[in-house]
Amino acid sequence: MPKTQLQEHIVLRNREIANIADIAVYTQHGGYETARKALTTMSAQAIVDEVKKSGLRGRGGAGFPTGVKWGFVPREIFPKYLIVNADESEPGTFNNHEIIDHNPHQLIEGIIISAFAIGANTAYIYIRGEFAYGARLLEQKIAEARAKGFVGKNVFESGFDIEIYVHRGAGAYICGEETALLESLEGKIGQPRLKPPFPAVAGLYAKPTVVNNVETLTNVPRIIEKGADWYRTFGTERSPGTKAVSISGHVKNPGNYEIPLGITMREFIYDWAGGMRDPNVPLKFIIPGGASSSWLTPEHLDTPLTWDDMAAAGTMLGSGAVVVLDESVSVVKAALRVDEFFKHESCGKCAPCREGTHFLVKVWERIDEGHGRPDDIELLSDVGRQMLGKCFCPLGDSAVSAVNSAVKFFRDEIAAQIK
Amino acid sequence: MLYEKYRDEIDAILARYPSKRSALLPVLYIAQDAYGRLDDASIREVAEILDLPYTDVFEVVGFYTLFYNEDVGKFVLDVCDDVPCCFCGAEELVADLEQRLKVKAGYTTDDKMFTLRRVKCIAACDQAPVLQANLEFHYKVTPDKVPALLEDLRRKVESGAQISISGRFAEH
Repeated sequence: MPKTQLQEHIVLRNREIANIADIAVYTQHGGYETARKALTTMSAQAIVDEVKKSGLRGRGGAGFPTGVKWGFVPREIFPKYLIVNADESEPGTFNNHEIIDHNPHQLIEGIIISAFAIGANTAYIYIRGEFAYGARLLEQKIAEARAKGFVGKNVFESGFDIEIYVHRGAGAYICGEETALLESLEGKIGQPRLKPPFPAVAGLYAKPTVVNNVETLTNVPRIIEKGADWYRTFGTERSPGTKAVSISGHVKNPGNYEIPLGITMREFIYDWAGGMRDPNVPLKFIIPGGASSSWLTPEHLDTPLTWDDMAAAGTMLGSGAVVVLDESVSVVKAALRVDEFFKHESCGKCAPCREGTHFLVKVWERIDEGHGRPDDIELLSDVGRQMLGKCFCPLGDSAVSAVNSAVKFFRDEIAAQIK
Repeated sequence: MLYEKYRDEIDAILARYPSKRSALLPVLYIAQDAYGRLDDASIREVAEILDLPYTDVFEVVGFYTLFYNEDVGKFVLDVCDDVPCCFCGAEELVADLEQRLKVKAGYTTDDKMFTLRRVKCIAACDQAPVLQANLEFHYKVTPDKVPALLEDLRRKVESGAQISISGRFAEH
């Protein structure tokens, strides 16, 4: 029997504990005890070291080691800020959505511990504007935690002060990019900043700032409670732990699954998500790590879901968003929709992205409508080449993934549609 | 006037940030609900509350998709047509709504009740087809569920319930 569910969830604990969003239930199951232990018996450095040792990598897409990121923050400059990136907008991704709605206290506890570790007395949760309910819920949950003395002044009588505020964005994918997020939080349009300086040195209001993803921070209480060695019993050496992965499209059981990193794409799709929705319509391709990622085809099904293996397969684990599409799907239509997304979300700051996404959509559109021109495939590739590596931030590069994937794997289908 | 009417709420927002400007997005949400859209006058009013140049606030309103500078209906219906939704019933949902409401996506019904929009991923891909009505989620909205949904929303308006195009009171 394939193993299709974790015995013990790390982040999606709402799957095994009913009503864990209720603070009474959360505290009955040991909730906030880890924060108490961390703030009253551990040094900030010891927490940073434990997270470093756990090998926890950022869950927002880049996979950068969290403890290392924390280590970049200069100790002697004040104030510092912790920013929670809850701007979950990568197409195909909806795992933060579940954590926020169903396991919010574990996120809040993670924020408290992490803020203490980096020496921040203020945390802002930057949540995408569309999570209007999630934003209200988090405000309520923070108020509940405050009423118990877990948030505010001198929490757990440790001498440490922590304020947590919810800040709603207003509909802009680019604000998931950490420096654009900081601009937005400062009340400006969300355009990325030139790096360096990195946020760890000069972030929000030019102060030392750590930006961590929701899922990343939700891991922290369990790592501190049970230790780095326990955490490393899940996953692989270089991709330790579990990952909440969203799967959608033409599978039988779409949804979020918390998987141990290292299972293969085949196991994930066929054992965990129940296989194809219609067994008579075969798998055509997979967008494996959000719309930004390069596509995979059935020949890649044995790729393990880790950062390194996905990179070796020419794509990325990204934000943990697997979109499975069957033979009923038009490649041109899929690529058009992906590039429409990036065109819509381009912030307009740099020309290769602003103009490039516009041209890509124009060409995909005319092919889709039956007016493609003989050299359109070359034109798409050429526009892609002029964008790759030339944009101010990763958004422009991301728009090229769909082009290069479609041309690489489905050139004949596109050509047939042009004739 | 906005500040006089929402003084407590706006002061509470200002208290969260060391910089007044950071309050811009949350205050714009309040203004949008109060005036039904962010027209030139409301933008100038927000700019004055926060001591900002008018142009900076115009720029922000233009940048973000959840700020409306034109009239919208009592309910803004946002249907996700991104991948994978577009292959899982979103196109059929948009077509059905367009036919029932007698407007194309991007427009508002004659009775000013609904604005229909196509939007990009709203992080509920496993629930496709999915829409938000004033930023409240509705999952697995197959066309057979549309009449009841529209009826529900109309009733909310008639009953005088609190309506927020900014989603400030969203319950799901």
